[in-house]
Amino acid sequence: MTAGIEAIETDTEVEIHLSGDWLLARELPPGDRVRAALANAAPGARIRFDAGALGEWDTALLTLLVDLQRRAEERQLRFDASGLPDGAERLLHLAFAVREREGARRRQQRHSFLFRLGNRTLEIAEQAKALLTFTGETVLSVGRVLTGRATFLRSDLVQYVEEAGAEALGIVSLISFLIGMIFAFVGVMQLQNFGAGIYTADLVAVAMVREMAPIMTAILMAGRTGAAYAAQIGTMKVNEEIDALTTLGFDPVDFLVAPRVIALIIMLPLLTMYASLMGIIGGLSVGMAMLDVSLVQYVTQTVNAVNLNSLFGGLFKSIVYGSLIALAGCQQGMACGNSAMAVGQCTTRAVVSSIVLIVVSASILTVVYINLGI
Amino acid sequence: MTSDTHIRAEDLTIAYGDFVVQRDLNFEIRRGEIFIIMGGSGCGKSSLLKLLIGLKRPTEGEVYFDGKPFWASGSREQDLVKRRFGTLFQSGALWSSMTLAENIGLALKQYTSLGDAEIREVAAYKLMLVGLAGFEDYYPNEISGGMKKRAGLARAMALDPEILFFDEPSAGLDPVSSRLLDDLILELRDSLGTTLVVVSHELASIFAIGDNSVFLDPVTKTQLATGNPKWLKDNDSRDDVRDFLNRRASAGEPS
Repeated sequence: MTAGIEAIETDTEVEIHLSGDWLLARELPPGDRVRAALANAAPGARIRFDAGALGEWDTALLTLLVDLQRRAEERQLRFDASGLPDGAERLLHLAFAVREREGARRRQQRHSFLFRLGNRTLEIAEQAKALLTFTGETVLSVGRVLTGRATFLRSDLVQYVEEAGAEALGIVSLISFLIGMIFAFVGVMQLQNFGAGIYTADLVAVAMVREMAPIMTAILMAGRTGAAYAAQIGTMKVNEEIDALTTLGFDPVDFLVAPRVIALIIMLPLLTMYASLMGIIGGLSVGMAMLDVSLVQYVTQTVNAVNLNSLFGGLFKSIVYGSLIALAGCQQGMACGNSAMAVGQCTTRAVVSSIVLIVVSASILTVVYINLGI
Repeated sequence: MTSDTHIRAEDLTIAYGDFVVQRDLNFEIRRGEIFIIMGGSGCGKSSLLKLLIGLKRPTEGEVYFDGKPFWASGSREQDLVKRRFGTLFQSGALWSSMTLAENIGLALKQYTSLGDAEIREVAAYKLMLVGLAGFEDYYPNEISGGMKKRAGLARAMALDPEILFFDEPSAGLDPVSSRLLDDLILELRDSLGTTLVVVSHELASIFAIGDNSVFLDPVTKTQLATGNPKWLKDNDSRDDVRDFLNRRASAGEPS
């Protein structure tokens, strides 16, 4: 049966007749007439209900009643719910049992563009300051770890080293081998025009060792390990595990951050060296296939191209990148809010900021190397 | 209130791989009843609840809702049955990326034809019922643990469920809040005739609200008793059940 609502007005009373099934799943009458009747009723008038023809009902009826009672109270009418079905009367009573707390409701605030722009700018400054403070704390903490004055689990450090090293070998091999091949392709195509195809070996070796291996490995590890650090520490923050560490007298930076930073600073140069080798092998495979040179020629050419300066230059870069990735990941984790969404946000921010930091520091280091003549 | 059978469990065995948690569970829950699943820690109360709300398949046995087998039916029918459930998880399990009103409104948006304004009105009413009037635009991480639990209850009630499941409603609440929640549970049952299934080991709450119960034992891995907890307290033939309900440590075992 379709729902119906009718108001019968007298001088001192508004009687509201409810009929049919009031269910959320059905079409419901708007009830504007009744609202108008309430608005027109004389102050002090009584609101009564006749639910004799009411069929089934659910929340649909209650939302209407809550609205009517609120309107009646605003106009100081007497609201008499006794004519309603027993269950509905009790639910209505329950709904108004705890009154809205003063000031609980949120005001929707719209700020001007300039206001928001200013806030964002200040936030960026705050974040930079936070990262700087965190870097300082971590350096002190790593100092404590190296001098044996910090509490942390050695087994944790071993595990982080394994996660950031051995377990990353597969993906690093694949990517650097392919990068080496791509460089060799480009080199062969261009250099063969001058009959200088053999210099492809120099191109691949120098590019891999000095630039590509450090930066590609770093970006891979930012997505792999930096994100994991942020998510692990962020989840611990949400679960109050970090508070638990602090109350037991453990410094969370010593316990969680320092071992991770150390693990990545140890492993990233090793992975980078490995990536250079894989890249050179990738280049070699293309060179053998496309150039008319022997294996010995290609290898000799490669060995002559790479000097120790290039190697150490590349490794120094990877140490810088490694510390930046670990710092960004751990800092975002420690600054994480306390919800599942916040963990996602801190992980995203960790990856984005490590990649930005990697690329910016790569540019700076390249300029410095050139000026130093390395 | 009618006294017909709403949920019936038949020979249920719950196991994780080879590890059997509980076996041979048989009980009936009548419509409009408050049914308590009780027992010591680690006896499989929560696993049984997971099974009843359709999250975990029983290793053996079947659950009947209104006489229809649940696990033997297809996933579409299962979804229809599950839509008549409301579940309050232990810590609320509110979606942290949504406001309280959005938490409550999600199911309404999906399963009813209501417009946004109406959904908001329903959400506001549900929050009023649990004593959170005016908190529509708060995010879960901005309110206290007890409020999260009440908001979780408001979300569980969004679709006017026929059966409400509660996982440890009083866990983490102070005695007063826990008492108020019990009153709210009773009030909802009395005014809506909802069937309630409650996992609990809070004795005060068990006696205050329970009409019927099942007692799970972690040692024998099966149910020791079923019946009204107030009656079981004095009249059950097994010492373990009476000890639990009287808050005693039995003589033979260390407390």
